[in-house]
Amino acid sequence: MNKIDDISGTEYKYVGSRPVRPDGLDKVTGKAQFGADLYAPGMLFAKILRSPHAHARILSIDTGKAEALDGVKAVLTSTDLQPGEGADDLEDDMDHVLENVMARGKALYDGHAVAAVAATSASIARKALKLIDVEYEVLPHVTDIEKAIAPDAPVIREDMYTQDMDPKPDKPSNIARRMEIGHGDIEAGFEKADFIFERRFRTEAAHQGYIEPHACLADYRSDGHAEIWCCTQGHFMVRSACAALLGMELSKLRVTASEIGGGFGGKTTVFIEPVALALSRKCGRPVKLVMDRDEVFRASGPTPSSVVDVKIGANKDGVITAGFAELWFQGGAFPGSVIDLGTMCAFACYDLENVKAIGWDVVVNRPKSAAYRAPGAPMAAFAVESGLDDLAERIGIDPVDFRLKNAAEEGSTAAFGPKFRRIGLKETLEAAKASDHYNSPLGPNQGRGIACGFWFNFGGTTSASIKIELDGTAMVTVGTPDIGGSRASMCLMAAETLGIPYENVRCVIADTSLLPYSATTEGSRTTHSSGMATVYASENAIKVMCGRAAKIWGIPEDAVDWKDGHARPSGANAGEFEPMSLADIAKKAHETGGAIAGHCEFEAGKVGQSFGTHIADAEIDPETGFTKIVRYTVIQDAGRAIHPSYVEGQYQGGAVQGIGWALNEEYIYGEDGRLQNAGFLDYRMPVCSDVPMIETEIVEVPNAGHPFGVRGVGETPIVPPLGAIGNALSHAIGTRMDTIPMSPPRVLEAVSGG
Amino acid sequence: MRYLAPASVGEAVSALAAEPGLSRILAGGTDLLVQMKTGLAEPDLIVDIKKISDLTEIRCDGSGFRIGAAVCGAQLAEHGELASAWPGVVESVNLIGSTQIQGRATPAGNLCNASPAADSVPALIAAAAVATVAGTGGTREVAVEDFVTSPGRSVLENGEIVVSLNLPARPENASDAYERFIPRTEMDIAVVGVGVSVETDSDGRITAARVGLGAVAPTPLLVEDAGRALVGTKLDDEALEKCAAAAMEACSPINDKRGTIDFRIKVAGALAKRVAARAYRRARGEQ
Repeated sequence: MNKIDDISGTEYKYVGSRPVRPDGLDKVTGKAQFGADLYAPGMLFAKILRSPHAHARILSIDTGKAEALDGVKAVLTSTDLQPGEGADDLEDDMDHVLENVMARGKALYDGHAVAAVAATSASIARKALKLIDVEYEVLPHVTDIEKAIAPDAPVIREDMYTQDMDPKPDKPSNIARRMEIGHGDIEAGFEKADFIFERRFRTEAAHQGYIEPHACLADYRSDGHAEIWCCTQGHFMVRSACAALLGMELSKLRVTASEIGGGFGGKTTVFIEPVALALSRKCGRPVKLVMDRDEVFRASGPTPSSVVDVKIGANKDGVITAGFAELWFQGGAFPGSVIDLGTMCAFACYDLENVKAIGWDVVVNRPKSAAYRAPGAPMAAFAVESGLDDLAERIGIDPVDFRLKNAAEEGSTAAFGPKFRRIGLKETLEAAKASDHYNSPLGPNQGRGIACGFWFNFGGTTSASIKIELDGTAMVTVGTPDIGGSRASMCLMAAETLGIPYENVRCVIADTSLLPYSATTEGSRTTHSSGMATVYASENAIKVMCGRAAKIWGIPEDAVDWKDGHARPSGANAGEFEPMSLADIAKKAHETGGAIAGHCEFEAGKVGQSFGTHIADAEIDPETGFTKIVRYTVIQDAGRAIHPSYVEGQYQGGAVQGIGWALNEEYIYGEDGRLQNAGFLDYRMPVCSDVPMIETEIVEVPNAGHPFGVRGVGETPIVPPLGAIGNALSHAIGTRMDTIPMSPPRVLEAVSGG
Repeated sequence: MRYLAPASVGEAVSALAAEPGLSRILAGGTDLLVQMKTGLAEPDLIVDIKKISDLTEIRCDGSGFRIGAAVCGAQLAEHGELASAWPGVVESVNLIGSTQIQGRATPAGNLCNASPAADSVPALIAAAAVATVAGTGGTREVAVEDFVTSPGRSVLENGEIVVSLNLPARPENASDAYERFIPRTEMDIAVVGVGVSVETDSDGRITAARVGLGAVAPTPLLVEDAGRALVGTKLDDEALEKCAAAAMEACSPINDKRGTIDFRIKVAGALAKRVAARAYRRARGEQ
């Protein structure tokens, strides 16, 4: 077994190799089953009626005509769901989830679900929606942060008083909560500064843009048991939320996660699953509910828009003397934007003596925000990394050297409190400085930007089991849906631990009835947490196999070692018996005590944070404001890359999503408070020809807390791009860019000096 | 909803004229099917014109080209004579959507959809294309610049269909070009689109020029002043500046999710210069 205190430089046989992904063939041949691919006998099709108003009181809902339509089997409104209890494992406030999945009393945003219909065909369901009469009293709305926090703003929630304020506010507002972190004395720090940067930055909301819309099939049986098949990042989460909202016992609901066509955080909560299940309960038939793309944009969970004020001081030696940021995030019409995470991430890359960050959680008439890859961090990093870029230029120091001089390292106290263990930020900066990209010349109208990024990475409750088949292969089951290649990584870690070839290990995602609780695939936790559980489960199976060998040899169990896939007699018995391979032991399982398996249920801790440094070269067309990203490099600490191709894929994917967000993606609301671009035509994600090949460099500073040194890698790569591209464009144009997206009209305005 | 696939123009026109409800013509379907899927259009009758063999061909004779209304963009690109005579028209049609879309979408459908941002329309306007329209009373010819009357509306009367788009024959030393501005590199809709067609004498002096503009006004525009600015010149900087100024003058865009008024006008000027230069280089055999 691996000693976890010193694993740097360890050579592995399977970990670190690049086998073909096990799910690839099914996906490219169309055999993989996604959320909308399941059909059940007698299945109904459901559709959701959505509010056309950004803010309106629902005076009445008349469903009589819809219910009378031939083919309609159930019509649902908020009265069919109830305030949830018993979902203590979820981060979301269940009252808010309830209010979001079906409006109660008020429609809070354009697209808010108001009623739902299940019918024998999708066209009948659509027709039925038109027969539902909803009487609205339209209320004043606000969709913009700065307008929402202005004193004359319409108050969306009359009972919401800003929390954690001293003194307590005497009237309600659109600010749900204030938070503050930091240490030292920033005023004293700014006194010592020779240069100060101060500016307001804004970012518009972005959607995760997963290609697969939310989809589920729910079947509530007459005995009170029910099943859900859905695309989700956490089927245990779906079970908890649905059971709570329908008042069911957890054990009566079985949830299976389908293959998933992207999640990026957006599938860590429920939108349609409780609705489909409640419809099925009403009519006793299986109900399929699939969002259209416009519903995904209008009514799933984009990332918050933000306003960030930043002030950073540095002395002429390039030492940051103080950092201050004040952040406002809107999480839609519900408290609980990711303001905490954004505020904590703002200065996480730097070792600052004096630092303070204040966060404000704002509500507006927009859909309830959900997680999006490193939720909150990119917006905060955009402001801070822009500030560092400006300061480096004014001090006259190379921007990489400036960051190296102030970079967090082992022992640095993070602005959010803890001291970092061994981390790899400086290594990524050194690699950037030495890279071909950083040392290459720029062409006309081009600029280069550097930015760093940080993400915490999560652990949490995790289960895994492994069974050794009679034919000498192994089957791993985990409870974390595979959104980024985790099945291949589980197989590699099991193969390494057991000492059998990768090809002899398979991995499936177990449904909620087959494995103990596993937290959602989020927070870059899966390769870390489920990976550890898989290793420990494998070690437990090895213990069983050593016992079987001992029995066959007639020696004590503790006199058997496991090495290179074989049980070997040790100590006094060393060399006495021929080592037995895993296959030899497996073959005899039924004669030596029955089937062989191992399992692990634990709370994964010891996460390793991941830091990265990005280099972006942008070229502008000064006549049209068009921006082309001509070269882009991601350098990030992976701790240990279990499957380097997947790690590189995460780096590239995060960078591409960041490029889209930086340049063109945005939620556009009209004066009427309605979303104007609920589709991929006008919500502009990059297409293949929009981005260069993203260059990657994997830095490996192992996480001592993981058997193989893993650090989660999925989220950090979306943190630096806004800053890196903002800095590149600012240099290409000669003007500091402070608003995301930096779309062609904004760039042209900046070029024209507007 | 009824679906008909008539074998002749006469049958198609009669069916459309007889329909009391909402009728729609299906060629490539790349606009119609999306509108139906999103609930924007719920037609009672769909008339598929792809079974009318006369409408599925490109014909070429001494007077020019006749492009049937059911001919898709990819067919234009594969037609050697058309692609060499009218490269700007062909490139405009094949900027629409993806390769798959181009195998379905038709330039006639692009015109009939009557979007101010249609890619092929400014190029067709620059090319002096004419649409042949059939109705129960016979056929009529409509210049493409007169076809679209407002966003989503055209001169087509109830029961009328476009049967072909007609492009004139090309003299020596003539060519055209089309470019659009989009925030991405493909799979997008024009924020500004410019088509330019030029004819020159053997000495390179421009003898005729037409400029079409898209996405900067409620309908695609023929900007006669922009064309006139080029005539008589060898496309010097002054001519280009005048052409750009005329194009900018013709713009009456709105602020919307795709661009601001100021942005669209500036980009229209920049593109007019680039496209005119490209059409001229092509006419001179330099590209």
